[in-house]
Amino acid sequence: MDIANLELSLSAMPAEFTLFRGEVSADEWSTAAFAIAEGHGQLVSLWGNQLNNGTFVLSVVYDIGTLVWLELPLARGRISYPDISGLFPSANRLQRAVGDLFGLNAAGATDSRPWLNHKMWPADYFPLRKVNSGKEEFADDLADDYQFVQVLGEGVHEIAVGPVHAGIIEPGHFRFSVVGEKTLRLEERLGYTHKGVDKAFEQLSAVDGYRLAGRMSGDSTVAYAWSYCMSLENIWNWKLPERATWLRAIALERERIANHLGDLGALGNDAGFAFGLSQFMRLKEDCLRLNKKLFSHRFMMDYICPGGVERDIDADGLAEILTQCRVVEEEVRTLQKIYDDHSGLQDRFMMTGTVSLEVATKLGLTGMAGRASGIIHDVRVDAACAPYSKMDVHVSSRETGDVCARVDVRFDELFESLRLIRYLIDNLPMGAIRTEYVERGAEGSGAGWIEGWRGGIFTALYVDSKGKISRCHVHDPSWQNWPVIEYAVIGDIVPDFPLINKSFNLSYSGHDR
Amino acid sequence: MMWPLIRQIAKVGIVTEKPPVAQEMASAKRIHDEILKILGRALTIREVDAGSCNGCELELNALGNVYYNLEGLGIKFVASPRHADMLLVTGPVSRSMSHALAVTNEAMPDPKIVVAVGDCAINGGIFGTSYASLGGVSKALKVDLTIPGCPPEPIVILEGILTAVRYRLRPRTGEK
Repeated sequence: MDIANLELSLSAMPAEFTLFRGEVSADEWSTAAFAIAEGHGQLVSLWGNQLNNGTFVLSVVYDIGTLVWLELPLARGRISYPDISGLFPSANRLQRAVGDLFGLNAAGATDSRPWLNHKMWPADYFPLRKVNSGKEEFADDLADDYQFVQVLGEGVHEIAVGPVHAGIIEPGHFRFSVVGEKTLRLEERLGYTHKGVDKAFEQLSAVDGYRLAGRMSGDSTVAYAWSYCMSLENIWNWKLPERATWLRAIALERERIANHLGDLGALGNDAGFAFGLSQFMRLKEDCLRLNKKLFSHRFMMDYICPGGVERDIDADGLAEILTQCRVVEEEVRTLQKIYDDHSGLQDRFMMTGTVSLEVATKLGLTGMAGRASGIIHDVRVDAACAPYSKMDVHVSSRETGDVCARVDVRFDELFESLRLIRYLIDNLPMGAIRTEYVERGAEGSGAGWIEGWRGGIFTALYVDSKGKISRCHVHDPSWQNWPVIEYAVIGDIVPDFPLINKSFNLSYSGHDR
Repeated sequence: MMWPLIRQIAKVGIVTEKPPVAQEMASAKRIHDEILKILGRALTIREVDAGSCNGCELELNALGNVYYNLEGLGIKFVASPRHADMLLVTGPVSRSMSHALAVTNEAMPDPKIVVAVGDCAINGGIFGTSYASLGGVSKALKVDLTIPGCPPEPIVILEGILTAVRYRLRPRTGEK
């Protein structure tokens, strides 16, 4: 859709990608949401902020082909804004989180239950308000009485799972309503790993924030750090040496490869095929060990830093990466053939956890899972920063939207990332790997957007005149995709849930923060 | 169908490495024997993520890969705390996980070993202490051993687990 149709006064922001930003009134907030929903735009993120004068500002970012960042300033004393969850279902939990953190209400929302606050802090305490330090401690004596939606009817019973799960995984609660083995309804409850990251950011200087950003979700540390650094570099208008962005891209693609390898193994395992787990985890371990050698850390934490990267990779190191690309490619081709030919495995994968294109579009499914349901969108192509703007990334997609599609897209993306790494290494520019700190810049705010292996990771950063972070909002694509799992499992049997869940492999920590 | 699978298994062969732990323990058999001597059976571990970024979980999962072959050493992760000798906790202990963590700990039979894995499990790490974070496992439970790192690498975790088991062997006074 065309940005002119919105009839708003927006201005282009300095960013690596096209980003328009503007202030809106409450009416415009609603009408813009309506127009964008009509025009098949998607919600990227929604968050709150409090200014020094004590008033609040709501922000929403939409993807309408370009990014549009709308800001709704609330008058002094006002704490409510118009609900948009009726148009964008993924706004539901985002709005409830704003309620828990700022005490702002989405007027007209049908669901106003708390989301991140599990009664661990009082209902009238709002951690992100400036008057609070975030260091307040509260007695844990409030009874948690979260109201799950109940399914009634003959033979319906509930299965409650979590927050502690059977394996070595992150915590969250799943409430199944089932008849026999068939899932009628799943309701998720997340927020268990909420550890006050947004407030912790506000104690950091902007040049140090990248380390915390890199610990939102350990499996996406490269994407988060890049997204954060990009937002800071946009605010301060730092130009990066070419080699720095190319090395960042090598790290990002290696992160995607490592995660896809791990997931492909785990998906085999969840369907009872332990061979897959042991084979893929071996390849993943090889990647992590080479990361340690060349990037100083198995997951490449703190490799990307403001202005560039921490460490150069010499010709020998690049040769090692190329060798590993060759080995992984060969091995994965063999394993893909074994997966494809295994009828028992395919029987579990196919038509399990299906998300149709219609449901995916309506709910705003994004990233890798979105592509498996036919939503052809990839930040590396649609909002490409350097060096992706100079490359031709092939976006893989499927239309079936089942576990099998998410497995196939992972295979495709893995091979594509190997190809991209070869291209990046063959054409790697010479030069510096980090901008000399030019100027710490003035106060301002900006955004970053990077395609992590799960999907787009969006950062909105506000820096004050002393170079400190006054607000940092980092958004994981899991916010969009978690609610979709509730739909993906409908009609499937309970034992398929682990497989379906793994096929999305969403982040708890990145969501809960 | 079976042939490509068997061919791949044969091609890869056995890649399990010698457990690169402290010198005097440098063979799988020694570790085996020591665990048997202390516990009389395999060591079973219940892991609880109390608000980590998932980095520590990635490394704990890596311990199960063929290079480290944790189960081959006689150590395994179990689903039920009732079956567990050791509680491994990651994360700064978010307040929302403190209850589930306490319940898991209570469900474990005595004597139990509590190990805090990773910098945030030790003192909150980069997340610190706040309205939402207790700032370390020791704020919630009595911790026997800590394993530093962000995240600690699989080898370091393995060494820590073995150290904790040996520590437990020492007779402790004043215990009920």
